[in-house]
This record gives sequence, C-alpha cells and structure tokens, in this order.
Amino acid sequence: MSRSLVRIAHEIVERNRGVDDLAIVGIRERGVPLARRISAELERIAGKGVPTGALDITLYRDDLMRQAVGPQPLVRSTDILFDIDNRVIVLVDDVLYTGRTIRAALDALIDFGRPRAIQLVVLVDRGHRELPIKADYVGKNVPTSRRESIQVRLQEVDGHDEVVIQPDEQ
Amino acid sequence: MTKSSSSPTSSESVVVADAPPATRLKHRHLLGIADLTPEEIVLILDTAEAMQEIAHRPIKKVPTLRGRTVVNLFFEPSTRTRTSFEVAEKRLSADTLNVAIATSSVVKGETLVDTALNLEAMSPDMIVLRHASSGACHLLSRVCRSKIINAGDGMHEHPTQALLDAFTIRRHKGRLAGLKVAILGDLLHSRVLRSNVLLLTRLGAEVWVCGPPTLVPPGIERLGVKVTSVVEDAVRDADVIMMLRIQLERMQGAFFPSLREYFNVFGMTEARVRLARPDAIIMHPGPMNRGVEIASEVADGPFSVILEQVANGVAVRMAVLYLLAGGAEDEAVA
Repeated sequence: MSRSLVRIAHEIVERNRGVDDLAIVGIRERGVPLARRISAELERIAGKGVPTGALDITLYRDDLMRQAVGPQPLVRSTDILFDIDNRVIVLVDDVLYTGRTIRAALDALIDFGRPRAIQLVVLVDRGHRELPIKADYVGKNVPTSRRESIQVRLQEVDGHDEVVIQPDEQ
Repeated sequence: MTKSSSSPTSSESVVVADAPPATRLKHRHLLGIADLTPEEIVLILDTAEAMQEIAHRPIKKVPTLRGRTVVNLFFEPSTRTRTSFEVAEKRLSADTLNVAIATSSVVKGETLVDTALNLEAMSPDMIVLRHASSGACHLLSRVCRSKIINAGDGMHEHPTQALLDAFTIRRHKGRLAGLKVAILGDLLHSRVLRSNVLLLTRLGAEVWVCGPPTLVPPGIERLGVKVTSVVEDAVRDADVIMMLRIQLERMQGAFFPSLREYFNVFGMTEARVRLARPDAIIMHPGPMNRGVEIASEVADGPFSVILEQVANGVAVRMAVLYLLAGGAEDEAVA
C-alpha cells in the first residue's frame, strides 16, 4: 500500500509539473488518512507543503432519503481551510466502485468555489461504474464481482493497513 | 459507518458509557426533550457540530432535503425561532411554506386540527409548529401524517431552544456533565425552562432555578433541580447563567409589584455576575427585556453568548431536520 501511495505521489508531481497550486482533499472516512499520507509524500518529494483537507459527502448522497428505514449515516465535519478557487484539487478516496460517492464529492467541492481542475486518486478501483467517472491515479485495479465486498483498513482508523476482499456471505 | 471515531464530545461518554452511541432518532416527531434519551441528544449535538461549518462556506447550502416541503406554522409571534427554522430549511434545500396566522383563516375561526389537515392535503413532509396551548404538537402528531417539530407549545416545551443552549454550553465548556447551571427569571410560564431542565439534568449538569416565589411552579424540585429565591445562591460559582424573559403577555395576575422592583431583586447585574465563576457564560433565549431581567451592560458584556446562541440555533435545527427526514426507528413498525 505504501509503495502505491509513493508511486501515486510521484505521478501527481509529474503530471502537474510540481505541486504549486495543488491541494489534496480526502473523502471521509478513509480517504482522509490516505490524503494525509500522499500530502506528506508530496512534501518529501517537492520540498514544500500542500494544503490538505477533509470532505464529508453525507449531505450530498443520492440515496439518503430513499430508504425509508435504515441507519442514518452520521454527518461528520468538512474541513477545507483554504481557498479552492483556481487550484488543482486532488480528490482522494479508498475504493472506486459505482462512482456515486465521487459524484457527490464533486458537487460538494464545487460548493466551495471553482477549482481549475479536479483529479481523482483511489487506492483500489474495483470496477462496476454506474456513472461516467474515471480515476486519474489508481493504486491497484481489482476486478471483483458485485457480490463481493472490498474493505480498506488503515493504520490511522483501524490500527493496521490491509485490503480485504470478502465473498458474499449470503 | 458504525466505526466510532474520536469525537470532540468524549466527555459525554461518561454519562452514556453504558449505551452505544445513537445513529438515528427513535421517534418520527420532535415533540419535546422528554422523549429523547441522552444518546439521542448527543447525536443531535454532534450532527449540529458538522452542520455548523456550512454557515462559513461561500455557498451556504447543501442539497440534502431537495424536494421536501416544510410548513412553518406559527400561531404565536416569533422572530428568532421562525427565521432560524426557515434559514435551516433553506440551507438544507427544503421548500418552505410560512403560514402567518394574522393573514390566515384562523382569524375566521378555523380550528388548529382543521388548519393542519388542510395544509396536509398539500402533502408537506414536516410541520414546524408554534402554538400558545401546551400539548398542541402532541395533538397534531396524532392526526397528521407529516412529522411534527415542536417550536414551542404554550408553557410546555421548546426542545430546539434547549438543544441549541446545550450546544452553546458544550462549545464553551467542552461538556455538560458536572457544570453548575443557574436559570433565573419567570420559571412559571417558561417552556424554555422545562426543556432545558429536562435536557441538562439528563446529561448530568447541576441545575439551580431561581425566581420570585409567585413565579416558581409548584413541584419543580421533582425534576431534580435546586430551587432558591436568592439570586446570589443560584449564581455563586455558576459555570452558566441563563436568564429567562418575564413573559408579561402570559401574566394575568400581579406576580410582583413592579418591573423596577423585579430588576432590583432578581435582575442580572454586573455585581451579581461577579459571583459566578470567572469564565462563566451568560445566556438568554430572547427576546430580552433590558432593564427587567438583565442589565444592558451584562447583555452586551464580555460574558454574553446571546448572539452565538442565535447562530448556533440554525445548526441545531438543521441537525433536527436532517435526522427526522432520514427516518426514525418507530417508522419501521408503521
């Protein structure tokens, strides 16, 4: 996992010709620690810090009010303490699946201003897109069946780093 | 989603350590604090914490309640509560409908239930109700299909006010448990008092109430509060001083000789504030009667958080609207 993140950080620097005007935004929950790790790596490579923030997309979900009954996702705070206008925003999430989370994140980001561009980093791309969304930087492509579930566990949240593919339990 | 992360509210876990954190509300209406568990109160306050940030964005709006209709049905005058609900609804992208009673058919003699049922025929999702009669929200919750949010019913409850007060206290003190909270003023007619006492005692605060004996409801000590008519006793070493408005519009008898005498005996002056802890905060649900229950220099002074309460009210009401819209546990049965 850490090798993938280092490679992605190098790709980000290469593609953007440096880190000027760049900002990293992680999607809660597990995109946030990933964003911090990439940000630290960028600082090591480029020798200067990159603004890093956290985005909660709960209030932008398209499935919120559809299930009449079901656990309500907890709303957590969004911390974007910098101006995103005219910056290149690198959005970070753990797993790319249907693309609906990223759709919500794009809507949320645009409410904060008008970035020059938005690029997407995911640790795992598991396929099965339902929206025309594609990642710019991928840690690993993992072909899956819809019945499987993929869990990314991170040191900062879960105590250790791993990616687990679980077959459908039904 | 159920993964617990370090929240800024770990202090409350002392009170609720034996119960898991709530992830949604149990009831489909918000009729009063009396129906809420400590875990549900903490859930609302934590959700409001996240809502607070939206007020500082360039675009102060999220699409969460798009396509939902909320009726604000106010049978009593209100500036803060009505506008606060309206701002909260708009920030969540709900469609809002304000019914001003002065221009409605109520003046022609229509009953509360008929008014509500007629509005319901236009299929709103929620009704925010303020009414001069205690229990009006409970009545509507039995006849209406919409979710009812109590925005103050008579002398009974005003739950969102107590929630925003608790939110404000928690922001300043980091906790509610163990704090000394003094509530002073017209205790008899105050729905704000009842909701606050229920909430604060539920989360472990030590609540003192103080007012002239004619304005102390009999049996209030059964709610677990200390009662006194000596302002100095209530205020001494208090972390929070909460003033209540003298509600002249609800007073038909002579409860005290004159407003000036009331101020001299019970009014919050700088000298009395100095008895409280040096980091005490002064609160008032508004509207204030300056020179009656509170001196202007206290209301505008460094300890006053009165305008913060108003700002926090929007975030707390957004949290309530969001949590109710998402569905409650008792809807699983319905």
